[in-house]
Amino acid sequence: MFATARRARSPGVLAYPFPGAAGVLARVEAAFDRCFGAHANPWRHLGALGFHLFWIVVVSGVYLYVVFDTSVAGAWQSVQALSTEQPWAGGLMRSLHRYASAAFAAVILLHVGCEFVRGRYAGARWFTWISGVPLVWLALGSGVVGYWLVWDQLALFSAVATMEWLDAAGVFGVSLARNFLTPESVDDRLFSLFVFLHIGLPLLLLLGMWVHIKRLSRPETVPARALGAGTLAALLVLSLFAPVTSAGPADAMRAEPALALDWFYLAPHALMYETSPGALWAVATVLTLALAACPLLGRAHRPAVARVDPANCNGCRRCFEDCPHGAITMHPHPDARIGAELAVVDPALCTACGICAGACPSSTPFRSVRELVTGIDMPQQRIGALRETLQSELARLSGPARIVVLGCSNSVEVEALRSPDTAALTFMCAGQMPPSFVEFALRNGAHGVVVATCPEDGCAYRLGGRWTQQRLDGLREPYLRARVPREQMRVVACAPHEAADLRRAVEALRTRRSHASAAEEVVHG
Amino acid sequence: MASRPVALLMQAVLYVAFAAVIGIFSTAPVYRHLAEDQALLKLSFSQPGQLRSECRRRSAEELQRMAPNMRQEMDCPRERSPLTVELSLDGAMLARETVAPAGIARDGPSTYYARFPVPAGEHRLTVRIDDSERVQGFNHVRDETVRLDPGRILVVDFDPARGGILYR
Ligand code: HEM
Repeated sequence: MFATARRARSPGVLAYPFPGAAGVLARVEAAFDRCFGAHANPWRHLGALGFHLFWIVVVSGVYLYVVFDTSVAGAWQSVQALSTEQPWAGGLMRSLHRYASAAFAAVILLHVGCEFVRGRYAGARWFTWISGVPLVWLALGSGVVGYWLVWDQLALFSAVATMEWLDAAGVFGVSLARNFLTPESVDDRLFSLFVFLHIGLPLLLLLGMWVHIKRLSRPETVPARALGAGTLAALLVLSLFAPVTSAGPADAMRAEPALALDWFYLAPHALMYETSPGALWAVATVLTLALAACPLLGRAHRPAVARVDPANCNGCRRCFEDCPHGAITMHPHPDARIGAELAVVDPALCTACGICAGACPSSTPFRSVRELVTGIDMPQQRIGALRETLQSELARLSGPARIVVLGCSNSVEVEALRSPDTAALTFMCAGQMPPSFVEFALRNGAHGVVVATCPEDGCAYRLGGRWTQQRLDGLREPYLRARVPREQMRVVACAPHEAADLRRAVEALRTRRSHASAAEEVVHG
Repeated sequence: MASRPVALLMQAVLYVAFAAVIGIFSTAPVYRHLAEDQALLKLSFSQPGQLRSECRRRSAEELQRMAPNMRQEMDCPRERSPLTVELSLDGAMLARETVAPAGIARDGPSTYYARFPVPAGEHRLTVRIDDSERVQGFNHVRDETVRLDPGRILVVDFDPARGGILYR
């Protein structure tokens, strides 16, 4: 289905099934990078921002709970007192609690949208996607019930609307909405149930969030300090300028005809009264099923997964450390060398990025074997084949400044740069590139090497770009050796639309080379 | 990245925009679920109808045929009558519904809930309820003029023990 959208230049499945939408997102992200820097760019850390907002809601919620009167008669008054009697503490906490909840909903919506556009619902990622679906419901439920605790006219409206909706399902055999018919119908026991739900649902949500990230290796659940602080500050400023207020106390005998809805949570009520409870059920069911069915979309394109060659695996654990989806585990090596280990790939978890092959010390192209077989490799694009392509590309190069561009199938298309003095080689992910390929190119005729990765914190496979940068910087094994002249290398972290950055880097290396040759001529001349 | 002061300024602008979006949509636009000049009628009850049939004395032969431990002289069916309700406003029928009793043995209450936004003002409200299959027609009727101010919620309930059709 997505085959036409795929670029044919790499055997790796392109991570993004919707290049158009992904392109728009990449441009937005790039624009925000210029203001926030990648580490504090909200678009690149929406999941972590979700966790951050959740904790703000929890902390402010604990404060509110301490002063909250869990009775029908006292609830409204106790919440109102927060705003009137201690605006700088309770009022602020109350506003923060509400606005952070709204922001949480907004951030989660964006997170789902972005992950969808990036095609992260399919293949081995199905678990993370599917485990996200109940979180939408739990977040919505937690927020809606929160509104009931204020026990103002909005609370009553929301509670009644919710009960009318549940009644329409016809599974309860009783009318839940009758519980709110008259002022006497609501008693303290029912109110305690609200409080229980408003604590229980967020706890379930937290449990769900923990399950959601269970399969990821090194999930990012804390945003960069600047992003966390900036978001908190924005919400505090909002709370100061627009403190939250209650509507009048709940009155079952008098409707408040116009209500200031929190559209992030209470929009379904409006939809229900504009249509019908049945229509809202239909919308909710279709949306949930559609979300849950997304993993089926990409089923036809399950790519080949990483394969271990026991003879070439010495159990060094680098692939195990670097796999972004925890698909690799270490087991005793069948060769029975005491203590030796062997990497084992779980095909159900592998997203076929090739980062493991780039991490394997056996992937070095300097090995003097005729056929380079590495310890862990991608069947669709073997390290041995990549070395051969690089060798033939190097042999083809001519001219005074010969440049090799090592690209990533999810970043700028590097094949377009191929020319008599420029070689191009595309990896499935920049992380698939063993750093020694850079040295190999420089030692075999190239005057400069440009490595293209996805933007910082924007790797299609989560961690490939970061690992590549660290390996090249000598901070992560396998290192690019210290003796490799760094001035002959450029790393460009760029999105597909940023081809100009890559060209500039190629030109910079070429100019550098021309200057160096000219200087040499002067010396020798 | 843009120069530091420009980047910081842009960050501030974007954070404010974010806060504004959150602030605005958490209270606006105001949702009007009842028009300015409307009131709300809620018709709801949860009541068992009367028993469908009266108790009957079993004949001697009948009792003889039954297992000794089951020989009870009176046969009292538990099944309840369904409740039929009609609600009309100024002669126009708003609802007419027959609600079956709950439970597998049909011995539970008949439960109903419906809401009707209606124009505020004076209205002739007629409610008829039939809670017995053994009685022809509606055995509970309430027909009177009510004044509904805008925003007023009038609850029409039914409880024979408290006088039949109740207005709140
Ligand atoms: C309470 C709501 C949610 C929170 C707090 C949350 C948080 C997170 C976090 C922290 C990550 C890891 C990011 C990283 O380190 O790369 C993540 C990844 C992800 N989330 Fe969520 N998430 C939520 C809801 C959802 C929902 C509703 C969906 C989709 C239905 C979803 C789909 C995904 C996907 C597909 C990934 C990426 C997996 C990958 O790269 O393999 N999330 N989420």
